[in-house]
Amino acid sequence: MSIIYFLIGCSIILALVFLGAFFWAQRHGQHDDLYTPSVRILLDDQPADETKK
Amino acid sequence: MAIDTITQSTCYHCGNDCTEGHYHFDEKSFCCVGCRGVYQVLSQSGLCNYYTYNDHPGANRARLDKRFEYLDEPKIVNDLIDYTDDKITVVTLYIPYIHCSSCIWLLEQLNRINPAIYYSRIDFLKKQVNVRFSNDGMNLRQLVELLFDIGYEPLISLQDIVKKQLTGQKDNLVRKIAVAGFCFGNVMLISFPEYLGLSEYEQTFRQFFGWLNILFSLPMVFYSGTEYFVSAWNNLRNKVLNIDFPLALGIAVLFIRTVAEILLHTGPGFADTLCGLVFFLLVGKFVQRKTYYHISFERDYRSFFPVAVQVMEEGKEKPLPLSELKVGQRIRIRHNEIIPADAILLQGEALVDFSFVTGESVPVAKTLGEVVYAGGRQTGEALELEVIKPVSQSYLTQLWNNEAFTRQQDNRMRTFNETVSKYFTIVLLVVAFGSLFFWMPADIGRGLSAFTAVLIVACPCALALSTPFTMSAALSIFDRNFFYLKNTAVVEQLARINTIVLDKTGTITTGGSSNAISRHAEFTDLEKQIIYTLCSNSSHPLSRQICQVMGEQPRLAISAYKEIPGKGISAFVNSHQVKIGSASFMHHGVAVNSGTEVHIMIDDVYCGAFIFKQSFRNGLREIFGLKPQYKFYLLSGDQDHERAAMAEFFGDDGYMHFKKSPQEKLDFIKSLQLADRKVMMIGDGLNDSGALKQSDLGVAITDDVNNFSPGSDAILDGKSLCKLPAFFRFSKDTVNIIHISFLISLTYNLIGLSYAVTGNLSPLIAAILMPLSTATIISFTSIATHVAAKKRKLL
Repeated sequence: MSIIYFLIGCSIILALVFLGAFFWAQRHGQHDDLYTPSVRILLDDQPADETKK
Repeated sequence: MAIDTITQSTCYHCGNDCTEGHYHFDEKSFCCVGCRGVYQVLSQSGLCNYYTYNDHPGANRARLDKRFEYLDEPKIVNDLIDYTDDKITVVTLYIPYIHCSSCIWLLEQLNRINPAIYYSRIDFLKKQVNVRFSNDGMNLRQLVELLFDIGYEPLISLQDIVKKQLTGQKDNLVRKIAVAGFCFGNVMLISFPEYLGLSEYEQTFRQFFGWLNILFSLPMVFYSGTEYFVSAWNNLRNKVLNIDFPLALGIAVLFIRTVAEILLHTGPGFADTLCGLVFFLLVGKFVQRKTYYHISFERDYRSFFPVAVQVMEEGKEKPLPLSELKVGQRIRIRHNEIIPADAILLQGEALVDFSFVTGESVPVAKTLGEVVYAGGRQTGEALELEVIKPVSQSYLTQLWNNEAFTRQQDNRMRTFNETVSKYFTIVLLVVAFGSLFFWMPADIGRGLSAFTAVLIVACPCALALSTPFTMSAALSIFDRNFFYLKNTAVVEQLARINTIVLDKTGTITTGGSSNAISRHAEFTDLEKQIIYTLCSNSSHPLSRQICQVMGEQPRLAISAYKEIPGKGISAFVNSHQVKIGSASFMHHGVAVNSGTEVHIMIDDVYCGAFIFKQSFRNGLREIFGLKPQYKFYLLSGDQDHERAAMAEFFGDDGYMHFKKSPQEKLDFIKSLQLADRKVMMIGDGLNDSGALKQSDLGVAITDDVNNFSPGSDAILDGKSLCKLPAFFRFSKDTVNIIHISFLISLTYNLIGLSYAVTGNLSPLIAAILMPLSTATIISFTSIATHVAAKKRKLL
């Protein structure tokens, strides 16, 4: 059953990686604006030469 | 066909009704040159998709007279931009008009209008746009002018609200929650084997799990939970017992007992309860913190004034930052601009609208050489003034800096939570020490165990969460109805209000100078020309308004012009004798009994009258349905010429007060409070700001929440005024919900206590009770708040 030590160690390291990823995202402002991207994704890209009126 | 007529009559850009003489372009109708201009700019750049995401996304552009010369001034520019070097500049601008997906689309395509813009990004909730542009291709002024040209005027003010808010939030709550969540999850996982039972040969794990639990508890107590200790300590020093004290005590006892049990091999400890407690408390704190990025409740006169003013130097105009304006300088103020400092009028016809400062609704005419106080808005031609006092010492700013106005609030009502937690803490300590002393003589170990168990199980987690969750649910319901509260405590204040004081100009009535003029006559074209000619000769505010109503007319020959102050004007126009003025001036006028009247007589024939009546806000009648439980007072800085019209609402004269200075308004509120009334003040202008601050709940009413409004506890959109009675009832429901959830959490505490006092609290029971009570409270409060909102028709 000593494998438990290894497994728990792994799970904690994995969890720490996720926590670190969250901190990284937080510091780089990924959570600053939680609304606009949801609208932005619905807007179509338009070719630059289009002159439709 | 039906569709055709609709597209014909509304502006393609802003959706306003097109009145006569509207503009056409590309087979589309526009209500004004401004709207058509925006469309032209966009169609040239191939950006007409703007109009496909939403119907009429644009802002009305009737006003075209904005000037941005001051943005050439390096001193001002440096204050506004985020970053600049030789090549690029980065700036974040606040644009109040951002409101729909079209806005996002258009503003992120700015480089198709001007290729010098590398990048533009919108933050929709904060209503900000972040732009990076090349210094070779454009400067800040050109950028702002471009935004103005496409209908998105940035709000540039001395008091940068948004940046201030960003610096204010630095307590890392999200980080703390992340750490707490991480530890909570792991501790739960590790604690499970203990509850399920460890067999004989698995005993070695017990120590291992124990040590891990201690390890995970450390960041909980010393990082995530520190603020509870700090707050409890500060409150103790101020001799206040608030809810943070039992919470901090609970956290400390949980940690100490956990460590002790694990080190002494006496049990598994309460690490999971500890982590759950801190995690839920922090989540509650997060929920309670609601920020309106786009609204500021703390605005003062600085955000009311412009950033810069045009100064005349050696015959030339030059923009100067307002802070550098000195006594003796000559300034030029154009139509619709605000006079930033007390100054003497040197040139031009001043017709100044002081409605925001004094509450007086009719613009005031000033003669040359007269002192014009800061804060007025010039309507009419450009003025030249000489500054006689620096901005910081003008009448208006002094008023603002008045001690009574800036005084810290100490008369606020205590919230239910504060009141209860005081008694709660005392009872808790009595029970804890009681059980300690009860067991002590027989069994010290059991006594200590009971003592700590009481503190653990009675830790008022559910109590601490009931208020934030209920209040934040209530807050979001209020803001759906365009009633923005500064924070959650305001909901409780609202429930206790029993007296409502209303300002008149701008609060009960809409708009300062935009009185509704009703014409009680039909005029022929000739008569219109005659009236226009005569009124255009007079600088009286009412004459000006009549001119506006008449529209542009050809002017006729005029002679023997006479103006009798307080009465009216008379003259011969095209050899017709014309008299315009009050009823007494006419000798035989037809008296109409409400509002200000101007009668017209041509060649001794009575032609009719103009009635100037302030238009009331919609829903005013609904509010007065709150009588008689609520008392209503009118508190106006205006003259009392509308006393009769107001009496209909306020009843007898004792409830109406006119001609009050800002200081008198404040004192009046104070006198009501001394008579033990809980006062809510609703106002809109700078002249109400003292009263708003003094009152138990100051509400600023505005037609556009992004516009300037005085500092207050809440901002109400004018169109939601009619819902005020529902707001009051709903706030009372909310307080009831908090009371009930308090009872629920108390029940859980009693169940836990019954185990705890015997000294036999197992970690499993604590670990179940705590999350269970939390879950009950959260679900009960959110469901109950929604039901209450539905009942009050706010959802």
